[in-house]
Amino acid sequence: MSAPETASLRRTALDQVHRDLGARMVPFGGFEMPVAYAGILKEHDAVRHRAGLFDLSHMAQYELRGDGVAAWADALTVNDVATMKPLQARYNIFTNPNGGCHDDVLFYRLPSHWLLVVNAGNAEKMWPYLSGAADGRAGVALTNRHGSRALIAVQGPRAAEIVAPLCDVDVAALKYYYCAEGRVGGAPAVIARTGYTGEDGFELFVEGENAPRLWNLLLERGAPVGLEPAGLGARDVLRLEAGMPLYGHELEEDISPLAGGQGWAVKFGKADFVGKAALEAERDAGTYDRIAGIVLEGRVPARAGYPVFLGNERVGEVRSASISPSLGNANIATVLTHKDAAAIGTKLAVEIRGAAHAATVVSLPFYKRSS
Amino acid sequence: MAPEGLLYSKDHEWAKIDGDTATIGITDYAQTSLGDIVYVELPRVGQAVAEHASIGVVESVKAVSEIFTPVGGEIVAINEALEKDPAAVNRDAFGEGWMYKVKLTGGAPADLMDAATYEKLVAS
Repeated sequence: MSAPETASLRRTALDQVHRDLGARMVPFGGFEMPVAYAGILKEHDAVRHRAGLFDLSHMAQYELRGDGVAAWADALTVNDVATMKPLQARYNIFTNPNGGCHDDVLFYRLPSHWLLVVNAGNAEKMWPYLSGAADGRAGVALTNRHGSRALIAVQGPRAAEIVAPLCDVDVAALKYYYCAEGRVGGAPAVIARTGYTGEDGFELFVEGENAPRLWNLLLERGAPVGLEPAGLGARDVLRLEAGMPLYGHELEEDISPLAGGQGWAVKFGKADFVGKAALEAERDAGTYDRIAGIVLEGRVPARAGYPVFLGNERVGEVRSASISPSLGNANIATVLTHKDAAAIGTKLAVEIRGAAHAATVVSLPFYKRSS
Repeated sequence: MAPEGLLYSKDHEWAKIDGDTATIGITDYAQTSLGDIVYVELPRVGQAVAEHASIGVVESVKAVSEIFTPVGGEIVAINEALEKDPAAVNRDAFGEGWMYKVKLTGGAPADLMDAATYEKLVAS
């Protein structure tokens, strides 16, 4: 992704709030976003043990209306849409004809419409793609709420006790990957029990004008149980530990859902969808390069792009990497590698500044919450 | 923030000159910009290093940053404590977060700045 000029970057409704909190701001997905406030490791610790507060308003929100949405979306994606229950949320992937990924997304089935959340970095590609696919199609109308509607996440084991008292609906009773319409801190909201951290938590979709007041209210009410603002830096470590893919790393236009470790989301039993034939062929051949998790020996961190070797053969490259506080500060990484190098227990080497560093393939996720 | 009496490079290293030996580290501004430091790779004792050469790396959770030595000479000591405790650079960049000592071949390079000049550079 090319780095846009700072002048052309957009700002979320919470921009001034971040600056007042002393956040380090960086360009991400076309927005200036907080990468860290107090520090990535401290924020990671808050989310794993207490709770963290995230601004995810850079992610693009599209509203889909009409009685044709489910069938339309089912033909463009790998997972089931029509079978979603009212107020259910579901992970899905828009695929290209070769079986690669346009984007990985969440669908929320609301009483009057569907909410689709796509990656900020893909919004410029996805809005024209989806609009084009809906053009002239009866029963499918799209509204782009990117930038106008905010998204605030509260993630961590203490999230429910912070969010529930502020809601006029019983969110403590919400099941994981379900949502409710209601008010939070007085603001009309979609309240979803979803997240990208590997912890329990909520994602709150509110109008941008209501976001700063809600953010400050959450911080005030959450402070006694240790809620802290958390940036995109901590979020990336948390999602990697939890084995969740990040578009551009584990999934790409030329990395399929199967290769990216998201084969569980591909429903081969449903009617034809974009890329289905290619994915069936890939599945049947079974030889595709794939994402695997590794733990490195020693303290030298790996980085995306570093080459990976099995013996003397170069078999792949690192796609994401981080120190893992939840694994005793081990250096963890995902690698995209040959099938025969991806088996659990395989000894690999990562080349870091010309030196080979030993690593072992482990099962994903790296971290799973105990409760 | 930048202590008096040290010399500073535009690459955000500091040097404390004591006779013919210089102690080198990165500045508080540099450690703040990097964020949580998780690994420091230092040169070997006995290694000859040229002024401004890249002689090591500092890695934070998000970024890899090279260490450009502000002075040339022979490495006579490294801060081995950073291997187990790289976060010392975050806690105390000008103290226990020091990185290595160089026996100078020449004097201190003329392009190094005093504290006030360096403060102006990072404020701009």
